[in-house]
Amino acid sequence: MNRRDSLKALGLTVVSSGVLIEACKTKDTQPAAIEPPVAEAGREKFEMEHDKKLKNAAKFFTDHEMATITILGDIIIPKDEKSGSASDAKVPEFIEFIVKDIPTHQVPMRGGLRWLDMQCLKRYNASFVTATKQQQLEMVTDIAYPEKVKPGMQPGVSFFNRMRDLTASGFFTTEIGVKDLGYVGNQPNKWEGVPMDILKQYGLENV
Amino acid sequence: MDTLQVKKSSTVHDVVIIGSGAGGGMAGHYLAMAGVKVLMLEAGPFFDPAKDSHQLKWPWESPRRGASTVRAFGDFDAAYGGWEIEGEPYTRAAKTEFDWFRSRMLGGKTNHWGRISLRMGPKDFQCTDGLTDNWPITYDDVKPYYDRVDRMIGVYGTKEGLENEPDGIFLTPPKPRLPELFIKRSAAKIGVKVIAGRGSVLTEALPGNKDRGQCFYCGQCGRSCKVYADFSASSCLVIPAMKTGNLTVITNAMVREIITDKSGVATGVSYVNRDDLQEYQVNAKTVILGASAAESARILLNSKSTAHPNGLANNSGVVGKYIHDSTGASLGGFLPQLLDRKRFNEDGAGSVHIYSPWWLDNKNLDFPRGYHIEYGGGMRTPSYGFGGGIHNQNGTVAGSDGNKKPAGGFGADLKNDYRRFFGTQVGMAGRGTAIARATNYCEIDPTVVDKFGIPVLRFNYTWSDAEVKQAKHMQETFQALLHEMGAIVTSKVHGPEDSWGLEAPGRIIHEVGTIRMGNDPKKSALNKWCQAHDCKNLFVVDASPFVQQGDKNATWTILALSMRTAEYILEQRKKSNV
Repeated sequence: MNRRDSLKALGLTVVSSGVLIEACKTKDTQPAAIEPPVAEAGREKFEMEHDKKLKNAAKFFTDHEMATITILGDIIIPKDEKSGSASDAKVPEFIEFIVKDIPTHQVPMRGGLRWLDMQCLKRYNASFVTATKQQQLEMVTDIAYPEKVKPGMQPGVSFFNRMRDLTASGFFTTEIGVKDLGYVGNQPNKWEGVPMDILKQYGLENV
Repeated sequence: MDTLQVKKSSTVHDVVIIGSGAGGGMAGHYLAMAGVKVLMLEAGPFFDPAKDSHQLKWPWESPRRGASTVRAFGDFDAAYGGWEIEGEPYTRAAKTEFDWFRSRMLGGKTNHWGRISLRMGPKDFQCTDGLTDNWPITYDDVKPYYDRVDRMIGVYGTKEGLENEPDGIFLTPPKPRLPELFIKRSAAKIGVKVIAGRGSVLTEALPGNKDRGQCFYCGQCGRSCKVYADFSASSCLVIPAMKTGNLTVITNAMVREIITDKSGVATGVSYVNRDDLQEYQVNAKTVILGASAAESARILLNSKSTAHPNGLANNSGVVGKYIHDSTGASLGGFLPQLLDRKRFNEDGAGSVHIYSPWWLDNKNLDFPRGYHIEYGGGMRTPSYGFGGGIHNQNGTVAGSDGNKKPAGGFGADLKNDYRRFFGTQVGMAGRGTAIARATNYCEIDPTVVDKFGIPVLRFNYTWSDAEVKQAKHMQETFQALLHEMGAIVTSKVHGPEDSWGLEAPGRIIHEVGTIRMGNDPKKSALNKWCQAHDCKNLFVVDASPFVQQGDKNATWTILALSMRTAEYILEQRKKSNV
């Protein structure tokens, strides 16, 4: 079976590469798949049951915590000229799911959020959510740079490192995020090595 | 359950094979193609990559974005199971380590592996340093079978003429990705040999095969291939064998023991069905065991009878002993010169594009044998963990404006850093020879059973100085190579405090050697045809018979030996010996 037949077997018609690329893209209208289907091919029963259980589980975060996560997420990954913000990519919903899926996130996240609120209460007599935009940024600045951490701020740095990582995971694994990165793989193609202009750029033509 | 009854079939099958992975799959395929009626027992469910693969799914199609919460290598990996399976425990003797990876499904662990397909060399079969026992066979005995496996299944690579890394019959290998070109250039400068990878992926149409597709370079062999362009035991062996009508698979058949008669001859196999939890027994003229190195040993040790009081095929007492995994250690970082790199589709093939075969002479080293290095890197599909630990990276290099800035951060500048760092990562992992020792073994834990009531394995495995020193050498090589490339190391730097990052035994999933072959029945369980010394109609076709593994991944040797054993069984059947 040649490559053409391979693609046919995948249900793809080889007309032109452009058509091929379109055929492999998921439609923009398709929502992020949170709901596992009843019987998914290639999944064990216990996996589907686990996913269903998580989907139907009670919310872990309170509304207040979710509001805090949403603001923090958008501070970490804001909307810019290239793409939307963390909340546009439903990062808060992803974080709600992943802490239930990976319970070791739960205590550091819950405790970190409360630590943040207590800091804001001391400083601004307000929770993080009700603090002014300027105060929020001032607070975040104090915990966003591990190498410049001031005494007493270490718990905040640990929390923010986790929050930053979860936000990145949640954002760049969505359609918005993958497009933002310019990742052009995950589709049938023919690999013929690094393009010549790039080999030249790095002086690797003869390697 | 008021009346517990073993459902016994009256049919006597020519051959019953336990396990559907590389070993069981090859034996089943060979015999079914030759017209033998084969019954295959698989402990897990059916799996056909054409229908069940998660190939080409996007990260957002998994609610956990491909995280490894429920599946050891993430939601999209083909392999069910993992190091821990609910209801199927194993134990470890005090102060020892072993992590046992099991993939109970059609195709077994061939659903997971990296398709790296290396032959063992002459010195792996017959050692020249006198340190380990020799195999009862030589490379020349196995070479014709390696050749046939190459032609039958397909493997890419380049002819190099290296003494202990024998060339095969190769398809064209994929060209290196961009980070791999940096590795290749720098490795040459520090004297580390780098050659094209050797992987069982069809980069060209396989001559004479109409059922398998050609690679379309999604880089996702780990998910298994919908067009059968990579090797899985399911797609390449079992499913084609089923189409002959000669091979039948019973799935979810968890084997308890092999039944023998008073004279000690194997007569059948008893198993419990995972779905209905009923007990079954099937009859066979010949039994072939291919349940994986540890599981096959478990089955033999649990098959005690008057004729085989020490467990089946275990008069020698070696069953379970000499278990050895490959050594493994790794290091990774990123290449600052690749920041802001131009985008193109760099997925490539799902097996390694380049690798380093062992390149040094042990005379100058403080450890025996050696290791090979597998490399990776490039612009891959983002999944859970993407951008993780950026605060350990973005403070180490100049920002877009040319000035260094404090690590971490947030906002538009951070968002841009994720883009800048995409595809700059490089990683390398050593896979080396661990010495087979009688003192490393698995046995039946006398006090623990699994949820089916089957006594479980207890592992007793410790690394020795030889393996730790090898890991130290790996780390020194990785450091030198990353330094030469100008890379910044971002993964944990290992040292004597953690045995240089030497992975626990079992983590590399290359465990072999538990039912070793040999010419002396007092010191081995199987003869040179992988036939039990103590039970002539019992054969073992997984990695259990390995006397001593080289640094090479086990699969290609399992396939070659299984084919050789199947051919022998066919000859013996013609002579009515089995």
